[in-house]
Amino acid sequence: MRRGLSNLGAATLRQIEELGRMIRFGGRIVMAAGRPPFRWRSFMAAVYDSGLLSVALICAAGLTVGFVLGLQLYNTLVRFGAEDSLGTAVGLSLIRELGPVLTGLLVTGRAGSAITAEIGAMRTGQQLDGLRMMAIDPIHFVVMPRAMAVFFVLPLLSALFVALGIFGAYLMGVEVLGLDGGTYLASLEAAVEFDTDVLQSLVKSVVFGVLLALIATWRGYSCEPHSAGVSRATTSTVVTASIAILLADYLLTALWSL
Amino acid sequence: MTKVSRESGHVEARGVALAFGRRQIFRGLDCRFAEGRISVLMGGSGTGKSTLLRMIGGLQVPDEGSLQVAGQELVGLDEAQLKAVRGRLGMLFQNGALLDSMSVFENVALPLREHTHLSETEIAERVHGRLSAVGLSDIDELLPGELSGGMLRRAALARAIVMEPEILLCDEPFSGLDPPNVSRIEALLTHLNRDRGLTVIITSHHMATSLRMAHRILLLRNLGCVDGSPAQLASSRDSAIREFLGQDGAEYLAHHGHELEGAEG
Ligand SMILES: Nc1ncnc2c1ncn2[C@@H]1O[C@H](COP(=O)(O)OP(=O)(O)O)[C@@H](O)[C@H]1O
Ligand SMILES: [Mg+2]
Repeated sequence: MRRGLSNLGAATLRQIEELGRMIRFGGRIVMAAGRPPFRWRSFMAAVYDSGLLSVALICAAGLTVGFVLGLQLYNTLVRFGAEDSLGTAVGLSLIRELGPVLTGLLVTGRAGSAITAEIGAMRTGQQLDGLRMMAIDPIHFVVMPRAMAVFFVLPLLSALFVALGIFGAYLMGVEVLGLDGGTYLASLEAAVEFDTDVLQSLVKSVVFGVLLALIATWRGYSCEPHSAGVSRATTSTVVTASIAILLADYLLTALWSL
Repeated sequence: MTKVSRESGHVEARGVALAFGRRQIFRGLDCRFAEGRISVLMGGSGTGKSTLLRMIGGLQVPDEGSLQVAGQELVGLDEAQLKAVRGRLGMLFQNGALLDSMSVFENVALPLREHTHLSETEIAERVHGRLSAVGLSDIDELLPGELSGGMLRRAALARAIVMEPEILLCDEPFSGLDPPNVSRIEALLTHLNRDRGLTVIITSHHMATSLRMAHRILLLRNLGCVDGSPAQLASSRDSAIREFLGQDGAEYLAHHGHELEGAEG
Protein backbone atom coordinates (compact mmCIF):
# COMPACT_ATOMS: atom_id res chain seq x y z
CA MET A 1 0.00 0.00 0.00
CA ARG A 2 2.69 2.44 1.04
CA ARG A 3 4.81 1.36 -1.87
CA GLY A 4 1.87 1.94 -4.19
CA LEU A 5 1.45 5.44 -2.80
CA SER A 6 5.11 6.31 -3.17
CA ASN A 7 5.07 5.01 -6.75
CA LEU A 8 2.06 7.19 -7.38
CA GLY A 9 3.92 10.14 -5.86
CA ALA A 10 6.95 9.52 -8.06
CA ALA A 11 4.77 9.21 -11.15
CA THR A 12 2.99 12.48 -10.32
CA LEU A 13 6.31 14.19 -9.82
CA ARG A 14 7.51 12.92 -13.19
CA GLN A 15 4.35 14.23 -14.82
CA ILE A 16 4.87 17.65 -13.26
CA GLU A 17 8.49 17.70 -14.41
CA GLU A 18 7.38 16.74 -17.90
CA LEU A 19 4.79 19.53 -17.83
CA GLY A 20 7.48 22.00 -16.79
CA ARG A 21 9.73 20.89 -19.66
CA MET A 22 6.86 21.21 -22.09
CA ILE A 23 6.05 24.73 -20.95
CA ARG A 24 9.70 25.75 -21.24
CA PHE A 25 9.66 24.27 -24.74
CA GLY A 26 6.60 26.41 -25.50
CA GLY A 27 8.58 29.44 -24.36
CA ARG A 28 11.33 28.55 -26.80
CA ILE A 29 8.81 28.28 -29.63
CA VAL A 30 7.44 31.73 -28.83
CA MET A 31 10.96 33.18 -28.69
CA ALA A 32 11.77 31.50 -32.00
CA ALA A 33 8.66 32.98 -33.60
CA GLY A 34 9.88 36.43 -32.64
CA ARG A 35 13.39 35.86 -33.97
CA PRO A 36 13.75 36.70 -37.68
CA PRO A 37 13.69 35.38 -40.28
CA PHE A 38 10.18 34.00 -40.00
CA ARG A 39 10.12 30.70 -41.89
CA TRP A 40 7.37 31.62 -44.32
CA ARG A 41 7.99 28.78 -46.69
CA SER A 42 7.86 26.06 -44.01
CA PHE A 43 4.93 27.84 -42.38
CA MET A 44 2.92 27.83 -45.61
CA ALA A 45 3.78 24.19 -46.22
CA ALA A 46 2.58 23.36 -42.70
CA VAL A 47 -0.60 25.40 -43.20
CA TYR A 48 -1.19 23.32 -46.30
CA ASP A 49 -0.56 20.03 -44.47
CA SER A 50 -2.42 20.79 -41.27
CA GLY A 51 -5.04 23.17 -42.61
CA LEU A 52 -5.91 22.78 -46.24
CA LEU A 53 -5.74 19.00 -46.18
CA SER A 54 -8.14 19.01 -43.21
CA VAL A 55 -10.77 21.06 -45.02
CA ALA A 56 -12.59 18.11 -46.55
CA LEU A 57 -12.69 16.32 -43.20
CA ILE A 58 -13.98 19.41 -41.40
CA CYS A 59 -16.64 20.03 -44.04
CA ALA A 60 -17.88 16.45 -43.96
CA ALA A 61 -17.90 16.37 -40.17
CA GLY A 62 -19.55 19.79 -39.85
CA LEU A 63 -22.27 18.86 -42.28
CA THR A 64 -22.97 15.53 -40.61
CA VAL A 65 -23.05 17.04 -37.13
CA GLY A 66 -25.41 19.69 -38.54
CA PHE A 67 -27.79 16.99 -39.82
CA VAL A 68 -27.78 15.20 -36.49
CA LEU A 69 -28.26 18.40 -34.48
CA GLY A 70 -31.09 19.47 -36.74
CA LEU A 71 -32.85 16.16 -36.32
CA GLN A 72 -32.29 15.72 -32.58
CA LEU A 73 -33.02 19.27 -31.54
CA TYR A 74 -36.10 19.42 -33.77
CA ASN A 75 -37.47 16.25 -32.18
CA THR A 76 -36.92 17.70 -28.71
CA LEU A 77 -38.18 21.21 -29.47
CA VAL A 78 -41.30 20.04 -31.27
CA ARG A 79 -42.50 18.41 -28.05
CA PHE A 80 -42.62 21.86 -26.47
CA GLY A 81 -43.98 23.44 -29.60
CA ALA A 82 -40.73 25.38 -29.79
CA GLU A 83 -39.44 24.14 -33.16
CA ASP A 84 -39.21 27.75 -34.33
CA SER A 85 -36.15 28.17 -32.08
CA LEU A 86 -34.23 25.43 -33.93
CA GLY A 87 -31.89 28.12 -35.30
CA THR A 88 -31.09 29.36 -31.81
CA ALA A 89 -30.45 25.91 -30.38
CA VAL A 90 -28.31 24.75 -33.29
CA GLY A 91 -26.36 28.00 -33.54
CA LEU A 92 -25.50 28.29 -29.88
CA SER A 93 -24.45 24.69 -29.40
CA LEU A 94 -22.29 24.78 -32.51
CA ILE A 95 -20.70 28.14 -31.93
CA ARG A 96 -20.05 27.83 -28.21
CA GLU A 97 -19.20 24.15 -27.90
CA LEU A 98 -19.28 21.74 -30.77
CA GLY A 99 -17.46 23.82 -33.35
CA PRO A 100 -14.27 24.49 -31.41
CA VAL A 101 -14.25 21.18 -29.51
CA LEU A 102 -14.96 18.82 -32.40
CA THR A 103 -12.60 20.75 -34.68
CA GLY A 104 -9.92 20.53 -32.00
CA LEU A 105 -10.40 16.78 -31.68
CA LEU A 106 -10.54 16.18 -35.42
CA VAL A 107 -7.43 18.26 -36.12
CA THR A 108 -5.68 16.45 -33.27
CA GLY A 109 -6.31 13.14 -34.98
CA ARG A 110 -5.64 14.37 -38.49
CA ALA A 111 -2.78 16.86 -38.15
CA GLY A 112 -1.51 16.73 -34.57
CA SER A 113 -0.58 13.07 -34.86
CA ALA A 114 1.12 13.72 -38.21
CA ILE A 115 3.19 16.54 -36.75
CA THR A 116 4.34 14.37 -33.85
CA ALA A 117 5.20 11.52 -36.19
CA GLU A 118 7.12 13.80 -38.55
CA ILE A 119 9.17 15.54 -35.89
CA GLY A 120 9.70 12.23 -34.09
CA ALA A 121 11.00 10.64 -37.28
CA MET A 122 13.32 13.59 -37.80
CA ARG A 123 14.66 13.12 -34.32
CA THR A 124 15.07 9.38 -34.83
CA GLY A 125 16.88 9.94 -38.13
CA GLN A 126 19.20 12.43 -36.38
CA GLN A 127 17.93 15.17 -38.70
CA LEU A 128 17.38 17.49 -35.75
CA ASP A 129 20.93 16.84 -34.52
CA GLY A 130 22.12 17.37 -38.07
CA LEU A 131 20.53 20.83 -38.04
CA ARG A 132 22.13 21.63 -34.69
CA MET A 133 25.52 20.65 -36.09
CA MET A 134 24.94 23.11 -38.94
CA ALA A 135 24.32 25.77 -36.29
CA ILE A 136 20.63 25.86 -37.21
CA ASP A 137 18.16 25.81 -34.33
CA PRO A 138 15.70 22.96 -34.96
CA ILE A 139 13.06 24.73 -32.90
CA HIS A 140 13.29 27.71 -35.21
CA PHE A 141 13.61 25.69 -38.38
CA VAL A 142 11.29 22.73 -37.82
CA VAL A 143 9.11 23.18 -34.75
CA MET A 144 8.08 26.83 -34.87
CA PRO A 145 6.53 26.88 -38.37
CA ARG A 146 4.47 23.77 -37.63
CA ALA A 147 3.31 25.00 -34.26
CA MET A 148 2.37 28.40 -35.70
CA ALA A 149 0.46 26.73 -38.52
CA VAL A 150 -1.71 24.72 -36.11
CA PHE A 151 -2.28 27.81 -34.01
CA PHE A 152 -3.28 29.74 -37.13
CA VAL A 153 -5.54 27.19 -38.82
CA LEU A 154 -7.54 25.90 -35.87
CA PRO A 155 -9.79 28.99 -35.46
CA LEU A 156 -10.36 29.07 -39.23
CA LEU A 157 -11.27 25.40 -39.39
CA SER A 158 -13.52 25.85 -36.38
CA ALA A 159 -15.36 28.68 -38.13
CA LEU A 160 -15.71 26.46 -41.19
CA PHE A 161 -17.09 23.67 -39.04
CA VAL A 162 -19.67 26.00 -37.47
CA ALA A 163 -20.75 27.34 -40.86
CA LEU A 164 -21.17 23.86 -42.32
CA GLY A 165 -22.98 22.68 -39.19
CA ILE A 166 -25.47 25.52 -39.37
CA PHE A 167 -25.96 24.80 -43.05
CA GLY A 168 -26.46 21.09 -42.37
CA ALA A 169 -29.09 21.77 -39.71
CA TYR A 170 -30.78 24.16 -42.12
CA LEU A 171 -30.95 21.44 -44.74
CA MET A 172 -32.39 19.01 -42.22
CA GLY A 173 -34.83 21.41 -40.56
CA VAL A 174 -36.01 23.29 -43.64
CA GLU A 175 -35.66 20.91 -46.57
CA VAL A 176 -36.41 17.63 -44.79
CA LEU A 177 -38.60 18.48 -41.79
CA GLY A 178 -40.40 21.39 -43.41
CA LEU A 179 -39.57 24.28 -41.10
CA ASP A 180 -39.73 27.77 -42.58
CA GLY A 181 -36.27 28.87 -43.76
CA GLY A 182 -36.79 32.49 -42.77
CA THR A 183 -37.80 31.50 -39.24
CA TYR A 184 -34.71 29.31 -38.85
CA LEU A 185 -32.36 32.08 -39.89
CA ALA A 186 -34.17 34.74 -37.89
CA SER A 187 -34.01 32.70 -34.69
CA LEU A 188 -30.32 32.05 -35.35
CA GLU A 189 -29.60 35.72 -35.89
CA ALA A 190 -31.59 36.87 -32.89
CA ALA A 191 -29.83 34.56 -30.46
CA VAL A 192 -26.18 34.77 -31.41
CA GLU A 193 -24.25 37.63 -29.86
CA PHE A 194 -20.74 38.56 -30.71
CA ASP A 195 -19.20 39.24 -27.32
CA THR A 196 -20.64 36.19 -25.61
CA ASP A 197 -20.97 33.50 -28.23
CA VAL A 198 -18.64 34.30 -31.10
CA LEU A 199 -15.88 35.58 -28.87
CA GLN A 200 -16.15 32.55 -26.63
CA SER A 201 -15.90 30.34 -29.68
CA LEU A 202 -12.85 32.19 -30.91
CA VAL A 203 -11.11 32.15 -27.53
CA LYS A 204 -11.74 28.43 -27.24
CA SER A 205 -10.37 27.58 -30.66
CA VAL A 206 -7.30 29.74 -30.04
CA VAL A 207 -6.65 28.03 -26.71
CA PHE A 208 -7.15 24.60 -28.27
CA GLY A 209 -4.77 25.61 -31.04
CA VAL A 210 -2.10 26.54 -28.51
CA LEU A 211 -2.58 23.29 -26.61
CA LEU A 212 -2.49 21.11 -29.69
CA ALA A 213 0.47 22.93 -31.24
CA LEU A 214 2.46 22.60 -28.03
CA ILE A 215 1.58 19.00 -27.25
CA ALA A 216 2.05 17.71 -30.81
CA THR A 217 5.43 19.35 -31.36
CA TRP A 218 6.73 18.55 -27.86
CA ARG A 219 5.78 14.90 -28.09
CA GLY A 220 7.63 14.61 -31.39
CA TYR A 221 10.64 16.60 -30.25
CA SER A 222 11.06 14.65 -27.04
CA CYS A 223 10.21 11.17 -28.32
CA GLU A 224 12.52 8.22 -27.78
CA PRO A 225 14.67 7.95 -30.89
CA HIS A 226 13.39 4.71 -32.39
CA SER A 227 10.27 3.66 -34.27
CA ALA A 228 8.45 2.35 -31.21
CA GLY A 229 9.18 5.68 -29.54
CA VAL A 230 7.66 7.57 -32.47
CA SER A 231 4.54 5.45 -32.41
CA ARG A 232 4.16 5.89 -28.65
CA ALA A 233 4.61 9.64 -29.00
CA THR A 234 1.97 9.79 -31.73
CA THR A 235 -0.56 7.92 -29.63
CA SER A 236 0.29 10.09 -26.68
CA THR A 237 -0.36 13.24 -28.70
CA VAL A 238 -3.85 12.07 -29.60
CA VAL A 239 -4.70 11.06 -26.03
CA THR A 240 -3.10 14.01 -24.24
CA ALA A 241 -4.31 16.68 -26.65
CA SER A 242 -7.86 15.30 -26.67
CA ILE A 243 -8.05 15.29 -22.88
CA ALA A 244 -6.43 18.72 -22.69
CA ILE A 245 -8.95 20.14 -25.15
CA LEU A 246 -11.95 18.68 -23.32
CA LEU A 247 -10.65 19.85 -19.96
CA ALA A 248 -9.87 23.33 -21.28
CA ASP A 249 -13.34 23.47 -22.82
CA TYR A 250 -14.91 22.75 -19.46
CA LEU A 251 -12.75 25.33 -17.68
CA LEU A 252 -13.40 28.03 -20.27
CA THR A 253 -17.14 27.38 -20.27
CA ALA A 254 -17.20 27.55 -16.47
CA LEU A 255 -15.16 30.75 -16.43
CA TRP A 256 -17.40 32.32 -19.06
CA SER A 257 -20.56 31.68 -17.09
CA LEU A 258 -19.20 33.31 -13.90
CA MET B 1 48.49 7.80 -18.84
CA THR B 2 48.52 10.56 -21.49
CA LYS B 3 51.73 10.81 -23.37
CA VAL B 4 53.22 14.26 -23.67
CA SER B 5 52.85 15.42 -27.22
CA ARG B 6 54.28 18.31 -29.15
CA GLU B 7 51.24 18.57 -31.40
CA SER B 8 48.81 21.25 -30.36
CA GLY B 9 45.49 19.59 -29.66
CA HIS B 10 42.61 20.78 -31.72
CA VAL B 11 40.21 18.50 -29.93
CA GLU B 12 40.91 17.09 -26.55
CA ALA B 13 38.98 15.06 -24.01
CA ARG B 14 40.16 14.89 -20.43
CA GLY B 15 38.82 12.60 -17.75
CA VAL B 16 35.57 12.09 -19.63
CA ALA B 17 33.00 9.78 -18.08
CA LEU B 18 29.62 8.94 -19.55
CA ALA B 19 26.95 6.41 -18.71
CA PHE B 20 23.60 5.69 -20.32
CA GLY B 21 21.53 4.55 -17.39
CA ARG B 22 23.50 1.79 -15.75
CA ARG B 23 25.63 1.20 -18.82
CA GLN B 24 29.03 2.86 -18.51
CA ILE B 25 30.45 3.91 -21.89
CA PHE B 26 33.49 5.96 -20.84
CA ARG B 27 35.39 6.41 -17.61
CA GLY B 28 38.52 8.52 -17.32
CA LEU B 29 38.78 8.87 -21.09
CA ASP B 30 41.76 10.99 -22.13
CA CYS B 31 42.44 11.56 -25.78
CA ARG B 32 43.49 14.23 -28.18
CA PHE B 33 42.97 14.75 -31.89
CA ALA B 34 45.77 16.85 -33.26
CA GLU B 35 45.19 19.91 -35.38
CA GLY B 36 45.57 19.42 -39.10
CA ARG B 37 45.80 15.66 -38.78
CA ILE B 38 43.69 12.70 -39.76
CA SER B 39 42.74 10.66 -36.72
CA VAL B 40 40.84 7.42 -37.01
CA LEU B 41 38.73 6.29 -34.12
CA MET B 42 38.38 2.54 -33.90
CA GLY B 43 36.90 0.02 -31.57
CA GLY B 44 34.37 -2.77 -31.56
CA SER B 45 30.78 -1.87 -32.17
CA GLY B 46 29.11 -0.36 -29.15
CA THR B 47 32.37 0.93 -27.67
CA GLY B 48 31.18 4.52 -28.06
CA LYS B 49 32.77 5.81 -31.26
CA SER B 50 29.64 7.58 -32.45
CA THR B 51 28.99 8.78 -28.92
CA LEU B 52 32.46 10.33 -28.70
CA LEU B 53 31.88 12.17 -31.99
CA ARG B 54 28.53 13.41 -30.65
CA MET B 55 30.28 14.68 -27.53
CA ILE B 56 32.82 16.56 -29.66
CA GLY B 57 29.88 18.12 -31.50
CA GLY B 58 28.28 19.13 -28.23
CA LEU B 59 25.28 16.90 -28.90
CA GLN B 60 26.01 14.69 -25.92
CA VAL B 61 27.15 16.13 -22.62
CA PRO B 62 29.58 13.99 -20.61
CA ASP B 63 28.80 13.19 -16.98
CA GLU B 64 32.31 14.21 -15.96
CA GLY B 65 35.45 15.62 -17.48
CA SER B 66 36.22 18.29 -20.01
CA LEU B 67 36.10 18.57 -23.78
CA GLN B 68 38.14 21.17 -25.57
CA VAL B 69 37.25 21.83 -29.18
CA ALA B 70 39.28 24.38 -31.11
CA GLY B 71 40.45 25.95 -27.89
CA GLN B 72 36.95 26.20 -26.46
CA GLU B 73 35.68 24.23 -23.45
CA LEU B 74 32.37 22.66 -24.45
CA VAL B 75 31.12 21.44 -21.10
CA GLY B 76 28.81 24.00 -19.59
CA LEU B 77 28.04 25.88 -22.81
CA ASP B 78 24.41 26.49 -23.67
CA GLU B 79 22.92 25.86 -27.09
CA ALA B 80 23.52 29.45 -28.25
CA GLN B 81 27.20 29.34 -27.26
CA LEU B 82 27.61 25.93 -28.87
CA LYS B 83 26.45 27.44 -32.16
CA ALA B 84 29.68 29.41 -32.44
CA VAL B 85 31.77 26.27 -31.96
CA ARG B 86 29.62 24.24 -34.35
CA GLY B 87 30.17 26.86 -37.02
CA ARG B 88 33.76 25.57 -37.13
CA LEU B 89 32.76 21.91 -37.30
CA GLY B 90 31.36 19.75 -40.03
CA MET B 91 29.72 16.47 -39.13
CA LEU B 92 28.83 13.45 -41.19
CA PHE B 93 26.34 11.29 -39.33
CA GLN B 94 26.34 7.54 -39.67
CA ASN B 95 22.97 7.61 -41.45
CA GLY B 96 23.58 10.87 -43.29
CA ALA B 97 20.88 12.79 -41.42
CA LEU B 98 19.82 14.66 -44.53
CA LEU B 99 16.43 16.34 -44.29
CA ASP B 100 13.84 13.99 -45.81
CA SER B 101 11.62 16.68 -47.17
CA MET B 102 14.28 18.54 -49.15
CA SER B 103 16.04 17.65 -52.37
CA VAL B 104 19.71 16.73 -52.31
CA PHE B 105 20.60 20.13 -53.74
CA GLU B 106 18.60 22.00 -51.11
CA ASN B 107 20.12 19.86 -48.37
CA VAL B 108 23.65 20.72 -49.39
CA ALA B 109 22.72 24.35 -50.02
CA LEU B 110 21.03 24.73 -46.65
CA PRO B 111 24.03 25.85 -44.55
CA LEU B 112 24.99 28.33 -47.28
CA ARG B 113 21.48 29.77 -47.35
CA GLU B 114 21.39 30.00 -43.58
CA HIS B 115 24.82 31.41 -42.88
CA THR B 116 26.00 33.25 -45.97
CA HIS B 117 24.74 35.92 -48.35
CA LEU B 118 25.88 34.16 -51.50
CA SER B 119 23.86 34.62 -54.67
CA GLU B 120 21.88 31.75 -56.19
CA THR B 121 24.58 31.24 -58.85
CA GLU B 122 27.36 31.13 -56.27
CA ILE B 123 25.37 28.70 -54.15
CA ALA B 124 24.73 26.43 -57.14
CA GLU B 125 28.41 26.56 -58.05
CA ARG B 126 29.55 25.61 -54.56
CA VAL B 127 26.95 22.89 -54.13
CA HIS B 128 27.76 21.28 -57.47
CA GLY B 129 31.46 21.55 -56.71
CA ARG B 130 31.04 19.64 -53.47
CA LEU B 131 28.69 17.09 -54.96
CA SER B 132 31.08 16.30 -57.78
CA ALA B 133 33.96 16.08 -55.28
CA VAL B 134 32.10 13.20 -53.62
CA GLY B 135 31.31 11.70 -57.02
CA LEU B 136 27.66 12.66 -57.33
CA SER B 137 26.09 14.40 -60.30
CA ASP B 138 22.61 14.74 -61.77
CA ILE B 139 20.92 14.05 -58.47
CA ASP B 140 20.01 17.64 -57.54
CA GLU B 141 16.28 17.08 -57.57
CA LEU B 142 16.20 13.66 -55.91
CA LEU B 143 14.96 13.32 -52.36
CA PRO B 144 17.22 11.61 -49.81
CA GLY B 145 14.76 8.71 -49.68
CA GLU B 146 15.48 8.02 -53.34
CA LEU B 147 19.24 7.53 -52.85
CA SER B 148 21.14 4.38 -52.01
CA GLY B 149 22.92 4.25 -48.65
CA GLY B 150 26.28 5.00 -50.18
CA MET B 151 24.99 7.94 -52.21
CA LEU B 152 23.22 9.27 -49.16
CA ARG B 153 26.40 9.17 -47.11
CA ARG B 154 28.32 10.94 -49.87
CA ALA B 155 25.66 13.64 -50.26
CA ALA B 156 25.82 14.14 -46.50
CA LEU B 157 29.59 14.45 -46.72
CA ALA B 158 29.15 17.14 -49.37
CA ARG B 159 26.89 18.98 -46.95
CA ALA B 160 29.38 18.58 -44.10
CA ILE B 161 32.19 20.23 -46.06
CA VAL B 162 30.19 22.88 -47.91
CA MET B 163 30.91 25.51 -45.23
CA GLU B 164 34.64 24.69 -45.25
CA PRO B 165 34.87 23.69 -41.59
CA GLU B 166 38.12 23.57 -39.63
CA ILE B 167 37.31 20.24 -38.08
CA LEU B 168 35.47 17.45 -39.87
CA LEU B 169 33.84 14.65 -37.88
CA CYS B 170 32.87 11.62 -39.96
CA ASP B 171 30.99 8.67 -38.55
CA GLU B 172 31.70 5.62 -40.70
CA PRO B 173 32.29 7.49 -43.97
CA PHE B 174 33.23 4.31 -45.84
CA SER B 175 30.61 1.80 -44.77
CA GLY B 176 28.26 0.84 -47.55
CA LEU B 177 30.49 2.28 -50.29
CA ASP B 178 31.81 0.31 -53.24
CA PRO B 179 35.61 0.14 -53.61
CA PRO B 180 35.92 2.97 -56.19
CA ASN B 181 33.96 5.26 -53.91
CA VAL B 182 35.96 4.24 -50.86
CA SER B 183 39.07 5.34 -52.75
CA ARG B 184 37.37 8.51 -53.89
CA ILE B 185 36.31 9.53 -50.38
CA GLU B 186 39.68 8.55 -48.98
CA ALA B 187 41.38 10.73 -51.60
CA LEU B 188 38.99 13.61 -50.92
CA LEU B 189 39.56 13.54 -47.16
CA THR B 190 43.31 13.22 -47.60
CA HIS B 191 43.27 16.13 -50.05
CA LEU B 192 41.21 18.36 -47.77
CA ASN B 193 43.56 17.55 -44.93
CA ARG B 194 46.75 18.11 -46.88
CA ASP B 195 45.76 21.19 -48.88
CA ARG B 196 43.43 22.96 -46.51
CA GLY B 197 44.84 21.77 -43.20
CA LEU B 198 41.46 20.32 -42.26
CA THR B 199 41.47 18.37 -39.02
CA VAL B 200 39.74 15.07 -39.81
CA ILE B 201 38.34 12.72 -37.21
CA ILE B 202 36.70 9.61 -38.57
CA THR B 203 35.38 6.39 -37.17
CA SER B 204 35.88 3.41 -39.38
CA HIS B 205 35.92 -0.33 -39.61
CA HIS B 206 37.80 -0.24 -42.90
CA MET B 207 41.09 -1.43 -41.51
CA ALA B 208 43.26 -1.12 -44.62
CA THR B 209 41.94 2.33 -45.51
CA SER B 210 42.25 3.54 -41.94
CA LEU B 211 45.84 2.38 -41.59
CA ARG B 212 46.70 4.00 -44.90
CA MET B 213 45.20 7.41 -44.29
CA ALA B 214 45.49 7.85 -40.53
CA HIS B 215 48.20 9.92 -38.93
CA ARG B 216 47.00 8.59 -35.66
CA ILE B 217 44.71 5.79 -34.61
CA LEU B 218 42.73 5.88 -31.41
CA LEU B 219 41.42 2.57 -30.26
CA LEU B 220 38.54 2.69 -27.80
CA ARG B 221 38.50 -0.05 -25.21
CA ASN B 222 37.95 -0.65 -21.52
CA LEU B 223 36.01 2.64 -21.21
CA GLY B 224 39.12 4.55 -22.30
CA CYS B 225 41.38 4.73 -25.31
CA VAL B 226 44.82 3.70 -26.55
CA ASP B 227 46.42 5.73 -29.28
CA GLY B 228 49.43 5.70 -31.51
CA SER B 229 50.54 5.94 -35.09
CA PRO B 230 49.34 3.08 -37.30
CA ALA B 231 52.79 1.48 -37.14
CA GLN B 232 52.94 1.79 -33.37
CA LEU B 233 49.59 0.09 -32.92
CA ALA B 234 50.32 -2.58 -35.51
CA SER B 235 53.48 -3.49 -33.63
CA SER B 236 51.91 -3.22 -30.19
CA ARG B 237 52.96 -5.77 -27.62
CA ASP B 238 49.30 -6.00 -26.58
CA SER B 239 47.95 -9.04 -28.41
CA ALA B 240 44.35 -7.76 -28.17
CA ILE B 241 45.32 -4.68 -30.16
CA ARG B 242 47.18 -6.70 -32.78
CA GLU B 243 44.23 -9.02 -33.01
CA PHE B 244 41.89 -6.10 -33.55
CA LEU B 245 44.02 -4.77 -36.40
CA GLY B 246 44.19 -8.27 -37.81
CA GLN B 247 45.73 -9.25 -41.14
CA ASP B 248 45.69 -5.67 -42.40
CA GLY B 249 47.72 -4.58 -39.38
CA ALA B 250 50.33 -7.24 -39.99
CA GLU B 251 50.59 -6.33 -43.66
CA TYR B 252 50.85 -2.67 -42.80
CA LEU B 253 53.66 -3.40 -40.40
CA ALA B 254 55.53 -5.41 -43.01
CA HIS B 255 55.59 -2.40 -45.32
CA HIS B 256 55.88 0.43 -42.82
CA GLY B 257 57.67 -1.10 -39.87
CA HIS B 258 60.78 0.92 -40.63
CA GLU B 259 58.87 4.12 -39.79
CA LEU B 260 58.85 3.14 -36.15
CA GLU B 261 62.46 3.96 -35.29
CA GLY B 262 61.83 3.75 -31.61
CA ALA B 263 59.11 6.38 -31.70
CA GLU B 264 57.33 4.73 -28.82
CA GLY B 265 58.17 6.39 -25.52
N1 LIG C 1 21.06 7.98 -26.53
C1 LIG C 1 21.42 6.79 -26.02
N2 LIG C 1 20.74 6.25 -25.01
C2 LIG C 1 21.11 5.07 -24.47
N3 LIG C 1 22.13 4.33 -24.90
C3 LIG C 1 22.87 4.81 -25.92
C4 LIG C 1 22.55 6.06 -26.53
N4 LIG C 1 23.45 6.29 -27.52
C5 LIG C 1 24.28 5.23 -27.51
N5 LIG C 1 23.94 4.35 -26.56
C6 LIG C 1 24.67 3.10 -26.24
O1 LIG C 1 26.01 3.45 -26.07
C7 LIG C 1 26.85 2.46 -26.64
C8 LIG C 1 27.80 3.09 -27.62
O2 LIG C 1 27.10 3.48 -28.75
P1 LIG C 1 27.82 4.05 -30.05
O3 LIG C 1 28.60 5.25 -29.66
O4 LIG C 1 26.77 4.24 -31.08
O5 LIG C 1 28.78 2.87 -30.44
P2 LIG C 1 29.68 2.68 -31.73
O6 LIG C 1 29.47 3.86 -32.62
O7 LIG C 1 31.07 2.55 -31.24
O8 LIG C 1 29.22 1.42 -32.37
C9 LIG C 1 25.93 1.43 -27.25
O9 LIG C 1 25.83 0.36 -26.36
C10 LIG C 1 24.61 2.12 -27.37
O10 LIG C 1 23.58 1.19 -27.19
MG1 LIG D 1 28.62 4.09 -34.43
